[in-house]
Amino acid sequence: MHPAPSVILFTVLSGLGFGMLFWLGAGYPSVTGWSAFAFFTVAYLLAVGGLSASTFHLGHPERALKAFTQWRSSWLSREAWLSVASLLFMAVYGAGKVFFAANWILFGGIGAVLALTTVYATAMIYTQLKTVPRWNQPTTPALFVLLSVSGGALLTNQLWAALPLFAIAIAVQIYAWKTGDTALVTSGSSIESATGLGDKGSVRAFEPPHTGTNYLMREMVFTVARKHAMKLRIIAVVLLALPLLLLLASAPGHLLGALAVLAHLAGVLTLRWLFFAEAEHVVGLYYGKR
Amino acid sequence: MTLLPETTEKKLGLVIDLDTCVGCHACVVSCKGWNTENYGAPLSDQDPYGGAPSGTFLNRVHSFEVTPKEGAAQLVHFPKSCLHCEDAPCVTVCPTGASYKRVEDGIVLVNESDCIGCGLCAWACPYGAREMDQAEGVMKKCTLCVDRIYNENLPEEDRQPACVRTCPSGARHFGDLGDPESEVSLLVAERGGMDLMPEQGTKPVNKYLPPRPRDAAIDILAPLLEPVATGPKGFLGWLDKALEKI
Repeated sequence: MHPAPSVILFTVLSGLGFGMLFWLGAGYPSVTGWSAFAFFTVAYLLAVGGLSASTFHLGHPERALKAFTQWRSSWLSREAWLSVASLLFMAVYGAGKVFFAANWILFGGIGAVLALTTVYATAMIYTQLKTVPRWNQPTTPALFVLLSVSGGALLTNQLWAALPLFAIAIAVQIYAWKTGDTALVTSGSSIESATGLGDKGSVRAFEPPHTGTNYLMREMVFTVARKHAMKLRIIAVVLLALPLLLLLASAPGHLLGALAVLAHLAGVLTLRWLFFAEAEHVVGLYYGKR
Repeated sequence: MTLLPETTEKKLGLVIDLDTCVGCHACVVSCKGWNTENYGAPLSDQDPYGGAPSGTFLNRVHSFEVTPKEGAAQLVHFPKSCLHCEDAPCVTVCPTGASYKRVEDGIVLVNESDCIGCGLCAWACPYGAREMDQAEGVMKKCTLCVDRIYNENLPEEDRQPACVRTCPSGARHFGDLGDPESEVSLLVAERGGMDLMPEQGTKPVNKYLPPRPRDAAIDILAPLLEPVATGPKGFLGWLDKALEKI
């Protein structure tokens, strides 16, 4: 699949933002006044910034409000509702913290659950696609939620939670690569099933329908940078593990903290790029590619 | 509404005969010709006369080589367009309700004025049947020529999809696959019509008729076509004999 920068930024930034909102809503850290203002501003900038990045890849962003209508069947529509609901609940909770030093735990609790559900809905947009076997497995929502919650814990300075969550996220990611690498083969889709000609013999794509490229190939048969996949996997894991090492220091200051955040951000961006670039869509089978 | 209907009154679709398709791409051209000036936005091309031409098509013809365990390899031309699936995953993922499956005839359509161009439906389709128009920013797909098949301004013989009407080898058939007595259903039953990627669970309405075994048919006549005299004649015959004697 084509790793569109807008979609990578959207999932990474909004994942971090909603991860922060989860911890803030759950009362970690329990801050008020200017300190709360700073935390909530960063969380909202990330969440809303990510969501607005997602509209950049739309053909008609001016019609984006129509995406709220089909929540009964569409995960994309559900994500739209959940994100807005989460932002609204957390806005009330945040206003209480910032202006009244009040702790309206009902709003915070509901907001925190909605924030996590939003990230889950984002993941389900990809997980639901049977056409991309690498995505169509339970590790996809698990990873989206883990990376969001661990990044959120790092940004809200909840190191007691962040460090074990990083370790779990890395382990799940490695497991997801292991199962993902064979997902297309085990899905049962092949050039034989795609053409229905498998019982006649072995099938080979002889001639594509067009001499140039097309939308399908640009969007779904993206094979360009896969040769670097293994190096990028290692880089991503190292970047994700860096905060673990940096923050194990006895009294990590702001500088080490900022380094840890940057390493985490770069690690998740690399992972998300790989998430798209490595995903094989079954339509590639018609072109003799994967 | 992106919830799929429980059932549809008809299941209009195509039956494509892989045995008779000659791979001429006439269906591709007639499809583009009709649909670029009728239903919805035109089917745009980008850089059509330049170095990297690309464009929106609702129907494309692949060619595959099938090599059996024994005997000669065979080339199969393979037209592919929307299969108007009963469990169309492209419809349920749509966030705006632009994609829908019609209750009356089962045709899957896009209401272009509701489409935000997010591209998720194209991702959800295993067959590559949906293409985003790069000029218009909306999703395009086969309409089964919904503006021809019910069009009383057209002569009756033209009230079928453009690709079917134009196919010079009779490889494309249009009809109601929900009616077991329809011509297309009888054809599918007789020839063992098949689904593409049945493991994807989309329950496609369009069916493909597999190529007939060729070599078996030729084998019946082959002994009768053996050459009677195999030896050379004339000058070559004399030369052959002369050389034998030396």
